[in-house]
Amino acid sequence: MSAAHAVDGVRVPFGTRMRNWWGSLDRWQQWAVLIPVVVLIYLLPVLNPPLLTTEPGTNFQITLFNAARIALIAIGLNIVVGQAGLLDLGYVGFFAVGAYTTAVLSSPDSFLNSQYPWLICVPAAMFVTAVSGLILGAPTLRLRGDYLAIVTLGFGEIVRLLADNLDPLRGQRGFAAIPGPEVTRADGSQIFTATNGTPWYWLTITVIIIVLMLVGNLERSRVGRAWVAIREDEDAAEAMGVPTFRFKLWAFAMGATIGGLSGSIYAGQVGFINSQGFDVVTSILFLAAVVLGGSGNKVGVILGAFIIVYIPDRFQVIAEYRFLIFGLAIIVLMIFRPQGLLGARQRLLTYGRRAYQRLIGKGEQISSESALGKHQEGVVR
Amino acid sequence: MITHVTSVLAQDGLVDFNFGLLVDRFWANTIDGLAYGSIYALVAIGYTLVYGVLRLINFAHSEIFVIGVFATYFAFAAMGFAPGGTAQVALLPLIGSLLVAGIVAMLASGASAVLLERVAYRPLRKRGAPPLVFLITAIGASFAIQQIFLITLGGNSQPSIRLLRPTEVFSVFGARVTNIQILTFVAAIVLMVVADTFVNRTRLGRGVRAVSQDPTTATLMGVNRERVFMLTFLLGGVLAGAAALFYLMTIPAAAVYNGGFLLGIKAFTAAVLGGIGNLRGALLGGLVLGVAENYGQTFFGGEWRDVIAFVLLIIVLMFRPTGILGESLAKARA
Repeated sequence: MSAAHAVDGVRVPFGTRMRNWWGSLDRWQQWAVLIPVVVLIYLLPVLNPPLLTTEPGTNFQITLFNAARIALIAIGLNIVVGQAGLLDLGYVGFFAVGAYTTAVLSSPDSFLNSQYPWLICVPAAMFVTAVSGLILGAPTLRLRGDYLAIVTLGFGEIVRLLADNLDPLRGQRGFAAIPGPEVTRADGSQIFTATNGTPWYWLTITVIIIVLMLVGNLERSRVGRAWVAIREDEDAAEAMGVPTFRFKLWAFAMGATIGGLSGSIYAGQVGFINSQGFDVVTSILFLAAVVLGGSGNKVGVILGAFIIVYIPDRFQVIAEYRFLIFGLAIIVLMIFRPQGLLGARQRLLTYGRRAYQRLIGKGEQISSESALGKHQEGVVR
Repeated sequence: MITHVTSVLAQDGLVDFNFGLLVDRFWANTIDGLAYGSIYALVAIGYTLVYGVLRLINFAHSEIFVIGVFATYFAFAAMGFAPGGTAQVALLPLIGSLLVAGIVAMLASGASAVLLERVAYRPLRKRGAPPLVFLITAIGASFAIQQIFLITLGGNSQPSIRLLRPTEVFSVFGARVTNIQILTFVAAIVLMVVADTFVNRTRLGRGVRAVSQDPTTATLMGVNRERVFMLTFLLGGVLAGAAALFYLMTIPAAAVYNGGFLLGIKAFTAAVLGGIGNLRGALLGGLVLGVAENYGQTFFGGEWRDVIAFVLLIIVLMFRPTGILGESLAKARA
């Protein structure tokens, strides 16, 4: 399809053209483009390209791992914020629950004294966070959207305060010696160590790819359509027979699970966690990644996560000001480009775009349908 | 759900319930709670007003409050009060200094609230942005203001300047009532009455209520909507500035960049508790929260103090989302 340039004198934006071009490719052609890109992404820590590298300031492999870790979180948060349109400000709470579950099960400091291997802790952590997502969601998801934001903010704080004050969770002393995956080289040395980011980066990238496939399928299913319908207009969705509460809960639990997975990976990598570092600032940073990259767009949120981790590490001068810069960036972005750097374009119908094009001919002139991109001229609330 | 969790925790002996202490300290807790709760109430008005008129949770309001705290602090410093110890001042200069500091704080908070509305929210309104965008902008603004303070003034709180030492004026059932507490409580009530009268009795206040009921119709009836929005932010900011003065008098070492976060959430809880959008509800909610928090602190132990507000918020939103008095800025009689 070559509806690339101008339709009826209307200039088609670059992003749309890219999207159309991508959509017009066959499946194997898409793979032919994707595979080299993915291979390149995998090779990044080994190549350590001169201009791109964050060294000598920060270890490049660790930076990459952190970017991948935040990207995974952003993908999870994107389900909640971008897909279902629920503003979750306590996402760090789920991340913390995942990290703490892993720590409690595996650390020698734990009261359980069980020291399960990391690979068992990961599904356990995902399960516990999914349950905590359901527990938090069940009473709160019936609330109005803006109330939900503040309740989730409270939840994030409660998790932190529990970690701080409950004696078995060890507060500031924390849990040390949390193991990673037990994989050894031929000479018996561990592959997954806290100082070497490369294997962790590869692991996380692999997890991200798997999660992306699963989430992508979910989004193209009835569940995903229900989410978008809820995001666009909850009342209308309810009226059309979408069980909104159940699907919101679903989104919440899915998002929580991915947050827990990420927390588990994080705990394994750093090997030590305590009640520090799970504060609201971190939560807002996660949100910044999603909003910056483009809420509702999976590629966008990965880009957003990369930006918020990589930029401060690469340009050390701004590291001190990064939170300020991200805060200001959010304001500016919301005014001038509320859909983020890469906006979402998901249709209510999975094949809506194609159906639409068949109907009116070609081209793409509906404005963005993202929850954040729906600026209506002249309408004042 | 969370109460259930805590009861389970109690069985394991993780949380000590202290019923005897609660009885012993009942009156002291009540009095402290009323005084501290009136600070919540003053900040809560800002949330309530903006929510009533714009249907927006102004997340950055907590930072407006922090601006007031720093303004008070630097006003104290500029008037020659040094950190450490209590300043030795005669009564009249003391009242004068407090008044000046209060006015400075109110001006600073009020002006920055109006500025925030201009810079962050008005452009969004012009574009007809959806609610989620407003909310995210508010969070971004809150974050940015907090970081400005962190970068310019550092992460530690400013050394405390104390103008007035808390001294017992009289006692209720053995619980002492200090001069600062009386001052805070009375001033809060007076300011609330003034704000309530302003919204319910004056011509400008009628405009506020009209916009709150129906912005479009109000505009057609000749109400200047933009001016009402500005006024709303100004009033909320000024009261937050006043709250900042009493806050800093109560806790002199509280001038710190992230001091607004918890207080902001609690003030919001107070607003929801009383019925968001309802001025009298904000007062009631603030006082109830202040007292409840103190009882809870005595009962469960000090480290759970901040959890209580959150749990209360969730419970209120679950069972009575319209709050104790209902959401009625708009419904108030003309």
